[in-house]
Amino acid sequence: MSEIPLLSLLTFLPLIGAGMILVLARGSDADVARNSRWGALWTSGATFLVSLPLWFKFDITTANFQFVEKIEWMPQFGISYHMGVDGISLLFVLLTTLLTPLCILASWEAIKDRVKEYMISFLILETFMIGMFCALDLFVFYIFFEAVLIPMFIIIGVWGGPRRVYAAFKLFLYTLLGSVLMLVAMLAMYFDAGTSNMVELMSHNFPVSLQPWLWLAFFASFAVKVPMWPVHTWLPDAHVEAPTAGSVILAGVLLKFGGYGFLRFSLPMFPDASVMFASLIFTLSIIAVIYTSLVALAQTDMKKLIAYSSVAHMGFVTAGTFTLNIHGIEGAIYQMLSHGIVSAALFLIVGVVYDRIHSREISDYGGLVKRMPAYSLVFMLFMLASVGLPGTGGFVGEVLVLVGLFQVNTWVAAFAATGVILGAAYMLYLYRRIIFGQLTKEGLMKIKDLSAREWAIFAPLIVLTLWMGIYPSSFLDFMHVSVENLIKQVETALVVSGQAVLAGR
Amino acid sequence: MLDMLVVFLPLLGAIIAGIIVFVPSEDKEKQHQRDTLAQVVTCLGLVLSAVCAVVVFYDVALDGNARVTDLFTWIDSGTLEISWALKVDSLTAVMMIVVTVVSAMVHIYSIGYMHHDGSIPRFMSYLSLFTFFMLMLITGDNLVQIFFGWEGVGLASYLLIGFWYEKPSANAAAIKAFVVNRVGDFGFALGIFAVFMLFDTINLDSIFMAAESNKDATLNVFGGEFHALTVICLLLFVGAMGKSAQLGLHTWLPDAMEGPTPVSALIHAATMVTAGVFLVARMSPLFEYSDTALTVVTLVGGTTAIFAATVGCVQNDIKRVIAYSTCSQLGYMFFACGVSAYSAGIFHLMTHGFFKALLFLGAGSVIHAMSDEQDMRKMGGIWKLIPVTYALMWIGSLALAGIGIPGTSFGFAGFFSKDVIIEAAYGAHTGIGMYAFWMGIAAAFLTAFYSWRLLIMTFHGTPRADERTMAHVHESPKVMVFPLLVLAAGAVFAGFLGVENFVGVNTVEFWGKSIFILESHPALENAHHVPLWVKVAPIAVGVVGIVMAYWFYLISPDIPARIAARFQGIYLFLLNKWYFDELYERIIIRPCFALGRALWKVGDGTLIDGLGPDGISAAVRYTSRRASALQTGYLYHYAFAMLIGVVVFVTWYILAHAG
Repeated sequence: MSEIPLLSLLTFLPLIGAGMILVLARGSDADVARNSRWGALWTSGATFLVSLPLWFKFDITTANFQFVEKIEWMPQFGISYHMGVDGISLLFVLLTTLLTPLCILASWEAIKDRVKEYMISFLILETFMIGMFCALDLFVFYIFFEAVLIPMFIIIGVWGGPRRVYAAFKLFLYTLLGSVLMLVAMLAMYFDAGTSNMVELMSHNFPVSLQPWLWLAFFASFAVKVPMWPVHTWLPDAHVEAPTAGSVILAGVLLKFGGYGFLRFSLPMFPDASVMFASLIFTLSIIAVIYTSLVALAQTDMKKLIAYSSVAHMGFVTAGTFTLNIHGIEGAIYQMLSHGIVSAALFLIVGVVYDRIHSREISDYGGLVKRMPAYSLVFMLFMLASVGLPGTGGFVGEVLVLVGLFQVNTWVAAFAATGVILGAAYMLYLYRRIIFGQLTKEGLMKIKDLSAREWAIFAPLIVLTLWMGIYPSSFLDFMHVSVENLIKQVETALVVSGQAVLAGR
Repeated sequence: MLDMLVVFLPLLGAIIAGIIVFVPSEDKEKQHQRDTLAQVVTCLGLVLSAVCAVVVFYDVALDGNARVTDLFTWIDSGTLEISWALKVDSLTAVMMIVVTVVSAMVHIYSIGYMHHDGSIPRFMSYLSLFTFFMLMLITGDNLVQIFFGWEGVGLASYLLIGFWYEKPSANAAAIKAFVVNRVGDFGFALGIFAVFMLFDTINLDSIFMAAESNKDATLNVFGGEFHALTVICLLLFVGAMGKSAQLGLHTWLPDAMEGPTPVSALIHAATMVTAGVFLVARMSPLFEYSDTALTVVTLVGGTTAIFAATVGCVQNDIKRVIAYSTCSQLGYMFFACGVSAYSAGIFHLMTHGFFKALLFLGAGSVIHAMSDEQDMRKMGGIWKLIPVTYALMWIGSLALAGIGIPGTSFGFAGFFSKDVIIEAAYGAHTGIGMYAFWMGIAAAFLTAFYSWRLLIMTFHGTPRADERTMAHVHESPKVMVFPLLVLAAGAVFAGFLGVENFVGVNTVEFWGKSIFILESHPALENAHHVPLWVKVAPIAVGVVGIVMAYWFYLISPDIPARIAARFQGIYLFLLNKWYFDELYERIIIRPCFALGRALWKVGDGTLIDGLGPDGISAAVRYTSRRASALQTGYLYHYAFAMLIGVVVFVTWYILAHAG
């Protein structure tokens, strides 16, 4: 379609930037640091610009993959380098390219040691993330999906807090468990279908008896990434120990891998198993929503609180995905996007005061509004978005998911909706303890309000949050056709297998 | 166009004032200019909005030009299509008048009331923002837009209750208000989903059109097959209960008095808390088909009316008395809706908006005069010092108590609206209607009693404040008195002017399609044909209540203390507001926090991590330590191991190849 291989350019541009930093950033330590920072900012900024044509040129009337590139890679095995986006993956690519430069900006002053290595890791991470969302070949997908772990592991393990090694290994262990099973399932799929082309796999009917096993194997991997209860405990630790930008990417993009995986693999490829396991997903999602909301209520560490709130919000995503109706699925995607913006912003907000005071303990703060009115306003906005106030991005996803759920199972919808009450409780309680009250703590007396750099980080996120809340059509329009197509795939497959089951009897 | 001006002028004001908040001001002079600018912008926005609202009212309610203005698409997913739109019919037009006029008066009043405060632009911005959300709520043409306004006013309420953020009690009250409202919203949201499930749309007009054909439909929800409209109405009513502080979800309203007094007048008396009543009236085409839901509404309304009135009789904080009074009056409005006299409920909503705002702002003047004292036990003997406020409080109380001459059209606003509600309850000729009727009569007695208790304790008797405060008592500035006068005019004339249109001969024509009543629910019609004693009873008990208040608090002021001592159990029960807060603290709040901690430490820590990653890594460490223990360093150990290895290998080889 397009002459320029846009997706490949997008995917590998950060890698090229990383290579250039590696080679060109030399000289004194200060020079290296400065050059690496600027190099990373330019690279990620350019990547964002390159990604914009996706938004403008994307044809929303078709569910076909667009900007497709396909090059034979291992022809003897039928494996090719195959990229493309549809209405489901497109916005995640844009989310990634948007958040990365903001992360670089957020690390500007916070990262002082090994700046060069840090920036290189971040750019490599971006390559892997974009590649993951664009991949249309099973093995290309697998490579990117797993490779992401390496730079993330390094970012947490090297630039993290005091318990960084524990957190990094926990992340690694959990994820490894799922990956191994997923790889086995992928091989099984490859041998069953005789192709690794994901587009073809979506229309391939896997035997009904095989589907549950494949589904469970993928589930093991995706559930950890989302993360779903009870495999969520790596997340609070990873967030707490990660540097601010690490948390931002983790919450903003990495958590979406799981939700995206469910949409890309579990639903279209294993529809029978998806129907079969839907109640399992609903149960785990409800537990996640209520359980982690209650846990969030008891937290004393800001980052941990927001981490737990992420798990609760992702519970909506998983529940919405498996409603298998348009509201639930679009709601799930929308929830992921808005959560990508809002939770990213909340971690940045924690980062702002952490950079100044070097404490994440909630009790070390109080009365900040006196010295930091602008900060308080920004925090307020994202807090409200997080509790799903109408008019912010958080509301649209939540309400669509709940509408979808209500049609499938009213109990599930009701239990999930209690999360909305608890969400308000823990977020307002957090906000009160940090922002309101009297400013009495010694260390806070001279704290400074948002700097120009910080404004530059927050401004796009503020605009997006409101935009997503007031005029969501800009984003929903991208999804409609693809999601409808997805549902049709599932339904067709169900009909086929339903007949097969009947014939078998 | 005019509709849009009404709604968006306050938003514009809020945004401008909001920007002014962040304009740095070094010296006093600059800050003063800044404050003045914010005040002028927001007040101007509101006054203009109110003027437009009056024009709209004439056009829509009196000339019958109901309309919907579509703005743009909001959410569009599958069959769910939601637009931003302004729906203006008679019901909306009435609400618009109440909201914009009261809000404009409160804005002006705040110039005087808040002039000592350091954050005037922020306050004005919040007030205007609130008004915008309230207008979005009442102009919503679909349930989700109503929900947008609904949550928005909740947010503004949260911000304003916690306006003095350095006070821990204000912060706590703000959170309480938001979270308790969220409990109501939970029901509201589920109600919306149920509507969508039944009707496949959430657009009001489409729902109403399809209501009759679905009157016998059932919905399979929560594990059973239920009458669809009953389920929907009950869920929506949960939302209404939260916002309108009805029994069970009322606990946030008295605490909300932590906010500045103008806020209490605007949000917690005249407008936001009436949103629940508005919602029930708005959804009348659905409620009409569910007798169960109507019964519940009546029951809750009647019970709240009496509950809040009993508590109001023993409170000592002047604002809390009025807050409980509001709660009680909202109960009246609900049971009016419950007996299908929606228009009576809305009529009372309007008159109440004026006289309750008047009472609150009057109380604000008193508090202002008494150097921020709110405890009535420390007031008294000031009526000569602030005569205007005193007179206005009298007008407000007379309107609240519903004083007038039965059978004539002489009376204060509350006389018309409250009496028609009580008569409608009687006229419903149902068991639940009679319950509401008697609760209404009893509450009318208590209303008069606590109103005059308030007047006497505040203004009469011997001064109980210290000398410095007493020396300081002064009448409020003109900028505060003027709005009071406007509201007082409403409290005196609104009933007389509105009665024919709202609930009298023109009622059907006036409301047009905005309120729907089945012919089998003739309570409002019957209200005009009740026996004389029913008409006289509310006034009679009201007068008795006033006399008793004089007797108790002026003639022999030792009686209340003696009664309190004699019936201490009852007194404490009332003083502690029926122990709702304690109950919730014990059965909900503390368990939630405890559970959260337990799930965190035990669930995540001990169980999941213990059995999961930490447990596995510990097991691995243990195994590897055991394995490394094998490396003893003795030659014969290694030799022995090698020998065994060779044996095993050879055995395997033989078995594999010989077999």
